[in-house]
Amino acid sequence: MPMRKDSFLYRAYHLYADGFRSMQLGRTLWAIILIKLFIIFVVLKLFFFPNFLKTHAEGDEAGFVATELTDRAAPD
Amino acid sequence: MINNLFLNIDAGTIDWSRAQFALTAIYHWLFVPLTLGLAVIMGIAETYYYRTKDEFWKETAQFWQKLFGVNFAMGVATGLILEFEFGTNWSNYSWFVGDIFGAPLAVEGIVAFFMESTFVAVMYFGWKKVSPGFHLASTWLTGLGATISAWWILVANAWMQYPVGCEFNPDTMRNEMVSFAEVALSPFAVSKFCHTVTSAWIIGAIFCVGVCCWYLMKKRHTKLAIESMRIGAWVGLVAALLAAATGHKSGMDVAEVQPMKLAAMEALYNGGTEQGLTAIAWVNPFCQPDYQNEEAAPLKIDIPYGLSIMATNDPKGFVPGINDILNGYTRPDGTVEPSIDEKIERGKKAIQALAGYRQAKFASSDNGEIAAAHLKVLQENMQYFGYGYIKDKNDIVPFIPVNFWAFRIMVGLGCLFILFFAAILFALWKKDVTTLPKWHYWVAILLIPLGYIGSECGWLVAEFGRQPWTIQDMLPTWAAVSDLDSGSVALTFFLFLILFSTMLAVEINILLKQIKKGPSL
Repeated sequence: MPMRKDSFLYRAYHLYADGFRSMQLGRTLWAIILIKLFIIFVVLKLFFFPNFLKTHAEGDEAGFVATELTDRAAPD
Repeated sequence: MINNLFLNIDAGTIDWSRAQFALTAIYHWLFVPLTLGLAVIMGIAETYYYRTKDEFWKETAQFWQKLFGVNFAMGVATGLILEFEFGTNWSNYSWFVGDIFGAPLAVEGIVAFFMESTFVAVMYFGWKKVSPGFHLASTWLTGLGATISAWWILVANAWMQYPVGCEFNPDTMRNEMVSFAEVALSPFAVSKFCHTVTSAWIIGAIFCVGVCCWYLMKKRHTKLAIESMRIGAWVGLVAALLAAATGHKSGMDVAEVQPMKLAAMEALYNGGTEQGLTAIAWVNPFCQPDYQNEEAAPLKIDIPYGLSIMATNDPKGFVPGINDILNGYTRPDGTVEPSIDEKIERGKKAIQALAGYRQAKFASSDNGEIAAAHLKVLQENMQYFGYGYIKDKNDIVPFIPVNFWAFRIMVGLGCLFILFFAAILFALWKKDVTTLPKWHYWVAILLIPLGYIGSECGWLVAEFGRQPWTIQDMLPTWAAVSDLDSGSVALTFFLFLILFSTMLAVEINILLKQIKKGPSL
């Protein structure tokens, strides 16, 4: 069944569709955003920012942090 | 900058991790305040359009929305990198703060995503598709969404400075939230939010006035320049006065919960009642002063009673100095603040009790009595937990010169901006601003970077001043940091430096092109 043109969903869809189609400066900005997100989530997150506890605590994060924090106390 | 306090951890890891976090936060803060500030400018311009139906105001609003969009696009997601750093470089901290940090950041993410993605789209795409009233509401809600995002980030930051609404659970090794309201409405968070947001409006206003002055100098878009300048100057003047008022409230909060930060900001070595606010003094910017042996910073000229009023709202109020805090002091109401040595002893007791509790808890021979005894000791000393990592009491004194000078630059620039905006409004009222000598316009343009310097100095005071704590009195940096190779942290530091510098250069380039292009009148 075709969507009614006065329905909220149809109008919302067209707001975005027409908006994206008629962008000028926006195209450049979106390209920058996508490149930036790729660098942040693919390059930086995957290769440079692993979850330290996941890779070192072997499932016992509380135990690992407890050992870290008690071992680092200032000596008497 | 260099911590000599590390135990098993490479000092380089601590300092590179700190430097990387500072770099990321400083760059992130270049984008955020302009977003918050321009949101007000474009909202006011569109409100004029809504009320007058004059196409000039529509073009004006669209012009500022275009510049807002450039800055918004460049800044979006730059804050996410800070969260990556928590998980990698500050893993002990991340685990220790538990859901207290997670909850505000999750709310921020959801609110930011839904509010901003919805209303930004209506603001840019909806001029011919929605009613003027709905469009105006969307423009204001775009700014409100960004401001609410800032609120949650500042709630998380305020909790680090003043941890409230939580209880430490030694079984999970996490701080657990016991009162969301206490965390979200902490007086520290409220003051920080008000001061930060009003300072962001100043940046938006300075940027707006600077751009307008460039048009006036080039004799282009004169009407837009004059009318926008009027909006910018009013926003700037109101924001600068509000920033001064909220700064006073922030100062009182700092005096109450972070007295060492206030003492470092003032280079106040020995405190007392009726303390003057230092207008100027010689504090060597490059080395820590000999606060233990000097009575006060050399060549000090102060405003009588100023510091007591700032800290306590009372000209006779008591303000502790660095040595008072180190050695312990008695407040005028008779309550005693223990010395740092005593806090260190109690902190060590807390950490030993934590270790004993966990050992007893997981030992099959203990029937619970030993664990309960350790837990009691831990709870009695938990408020000084972080001091158990302090080797020497002087390690809790932040680097005084950064705090002292950054505070003075921030306050000095804040006063300058009040005069600047008042002068602009006077000129708009009494003079023909299109025929002013060129240097007038240049002053306004050159104030744009000073706006950013003032704002970043505010953050330097907030963050350098609380060193060495990642969480006030709970966790110093060398306990919070992950045991990483310093070389890998240094590598990502330089990667960020390149990435952010490139983004900043791209943003400035696009912004300048759009400003040169001007509004599509």
